[in-house]
Amino acid sequence: MEKKWKSSPVQCWGKAKELRMKIYQEIKDAKAQGKVLIGGGAESLIAIPTGFDHNILVGEPYGASISYLYKDNPDLYFQIVEAAEHAGYPRDLCAYMRNYLGSVILDKYIFGGHFPKLDFCLQAGFCDTHSKWYQAVSEIEKIPYFSLDLVPFDWEIAGESEKTKQLKRDYIVSQIYEAIEWMEKTIGKKFDDEKFIQGVINESESTSLWAKVCILNRAIPAPLDEKTILSFYILAVLGRPRQDVVDFYKELLAEVEDRVANQIAANPYERARVMTDSQPPWFALDFFRLLESYGVVSVGAHYSFGLSGGWEYDEAGKTWNAARPPSEQGVELKTREDAAKWLADWWLSTGTVCRGVRHSGIGKIQRMKDLVDKWHVDGLIVHLNRGCEGTSLGQMDFVQTLMKEGLPVMTFEGNHADPREYDEKRTFARIESFMETMGLKQVYEYKKY
Amino acid sequence: MIAIGYDLGSAYSKVVIMKDGKVIGKGIAKTTMEPLESVAAARDAALKEAGIDEKQIDKVGITGSGRKLIKTADVDTTDVSADAAGVNYFDKEYKTALDVGGEEARALKVSADGKVINFAVNDKCAAGAGAFVEAMTRAMQLTLEEFASASLESTQKIPINAQCAIFAESEVVSLISDETPRQDICRAVHDGIAERLTSMAKRVGLEEKVALIGGAVMNKGLVKSIKDGLGMEATVLPDPLFVGAIGIAVLAAKS
Repeated sequence: MEKKWKSSPVQCWGKAKELRMKIYQEIKDAKAQGKVLIGGGAESLIAIPTGFDHNILVGEPYGASISYLYKDNPDLYFQIVEAAEHAGYPRDLCAYMRNYLGSVILDKYIFGGHFPKLDFCLQAGFCDTHSKWYQAVSEIEKIPYFSLDLVPFDWEIAGESEKTKQLKRDYIVSQIYEAIEWMEKTIGKKFDDEKFIQGVINESESTSLWAKVCILNRAIPAPLDEKTILSFYILAVLGRPRQDVVDFYKELLAEVEDRVANQIAANPYERARVMTDSQPPWFALDFFRLLESYGVVSVGAHYSFGLSGGWEYDEAGKTWNAARPPSEQGVELKTREDAAKWLADWWLSTGTVCRGVRHSGIGKIQRMKDLVDKWHVDGLIVHLNRGCEGTSLGQMDFVQTLMKEGLPVMTFEGNHADPREYDEKRTFARIESFMETMGLKQVYEYKKY
Repeated sequence: MIAIGYDLGSAYSKVVIMKDGKVIGKGIAKTTMEPLESVAAARDAALKEAGIDEKQIDKVGITGSGRKLIKTADVDTTDVSADAAGVNYFDKEYKTALDVGGEEARALKVSADGKVINFAVNDKCAAGAGAFVEAMTRAMQLTLEEFASASLESTQKIPINAQCAIFAESEVVSLISDETPRQDICRAVHDGIAERLTSMAKRVGLEEKVALIGGAVMNKGLVKSIKDGLGMEATVLPDPLFVGAIGIAVLAAKS
């Protein structure tokens, strides 16, 4: 079959890889350079500690990186997971958490050397397991732990009252103040409000820019495929309050705009589009290559769009657009109070993954329908993820809804960070059946099995 | 037009030869550690029954989990598509098919032209497939035929809650120790499988008419449990083991 579209590699890909490794290296070197080193989750309001000269080891991508060892260094991978299991953490717990704890217990940082000595842990309770995760870390490492208690706003279509929203907002703001005072007392350093304000602005900019990149992927042909998207979204997860992350997303946005304008495709054979749901099995991303061989491009996922993206609901259009950072709303953050209020509101209202975790049902279903519609999706591949209770919540609800509306949907069981719970060969066989169901045949040979 | 269809399953290799749309030969061999030998044995049996030479074959179709073993087929599809074409060959009115194989069970929603509209497959566990029954027959020290007959004589419905064949075996042993009538235990095993199959069928959109295919539906006890679970009539197709092979032969002939 003839190639249908022009295609070329995304130029920013190399930079994304460099920036990711730079962040992990900085974590390794943080203590030697006199910086504060913090442990916490991706959804732990990582802009709060930006008032210190610090680095943060964000747990979920680190857990994913450990699972990737299964490909390149399986001996180390098994040492890590077995260390966690020997310590009593069972296999039905969050797979990221088990991998991370195994690395702590084994005292091995997979990017070289011992596990970095954290000063404290900071985590928001957007996911119950994550709150316990850092409690366990603090107990093992004998370091202090601050946990923020929060529940995001419900989905707009659920009609949450302004009164409860304000209560949630005030509750978070008070905890941000408390966290700042606690951190100052814990590490004996002064919190810099200017840096904090900039960190909050950067968090809003990064997540807004990422949402804009995702929106560009509505174009036909899609300028990005999901496997590449996963290399980009991760930077916001690792360090969205960082200036270099904001700068990266600005550059990426410009490149993707150019690809759309010139119809440069991720897959030159694009003739059908799918989306996935939940984290993919990180150690086995080759199924995206199998899809490509059928002329299929996976254009993204609620997970990667939502975890790193800031989205605001458009009541008139009944859809979600990129949330507007302070610069686009004509807002100037001048004080700690301004920044704390903005961060609380941004966090509670613009993250769609945390809302999926806390409020499944109609809101998540509506969001999935919106993604399918706006990104011109022909089929959905749902990873029934045994490793993450949060992102697998409500999956069968939207599967049933979308199937009833005529969308082809395929499910497969697995685990995003534990290869022992994923059968790649059977998943490939199932995808091949799914492709046939969608009336597609391979346009070129790709045979891993 | 003579077409040959290979369905290389995890338990058996099945081969069908069709001439002008009619089955003229069938062959079957247990899949062994030497799968190509199993394929050859099944093919030779089919050729012998058809009374033809291999050189007379015009088209070759291949399906099943071992389909990558044969590199030179005219048509190579997954077993889901082959099943749909096979079911459609028997009757275009079939809208749902349940294929209960050795280690895999599938539910299919089939279009009037024999294409798959939707499908569901059991996940990483044989608890909804034939291997589950085989494990339970061993626990009960019965032959498969005895197990199926005993199930039909059951007078009460009891649950088996384990979702895993290994744990279910220990549950069966406990029921034996409790002196539960063996007929009721056999039925409970079938009901458990039927429940999983019914769930898959509902997921793809259960509609009449329903076809039952695959080796495990030759077990009458299981078929009764499936019909009870579905709450509707379901037909065991002739030679249910060969439906996938027939389907791929049909697709090969059309290619």
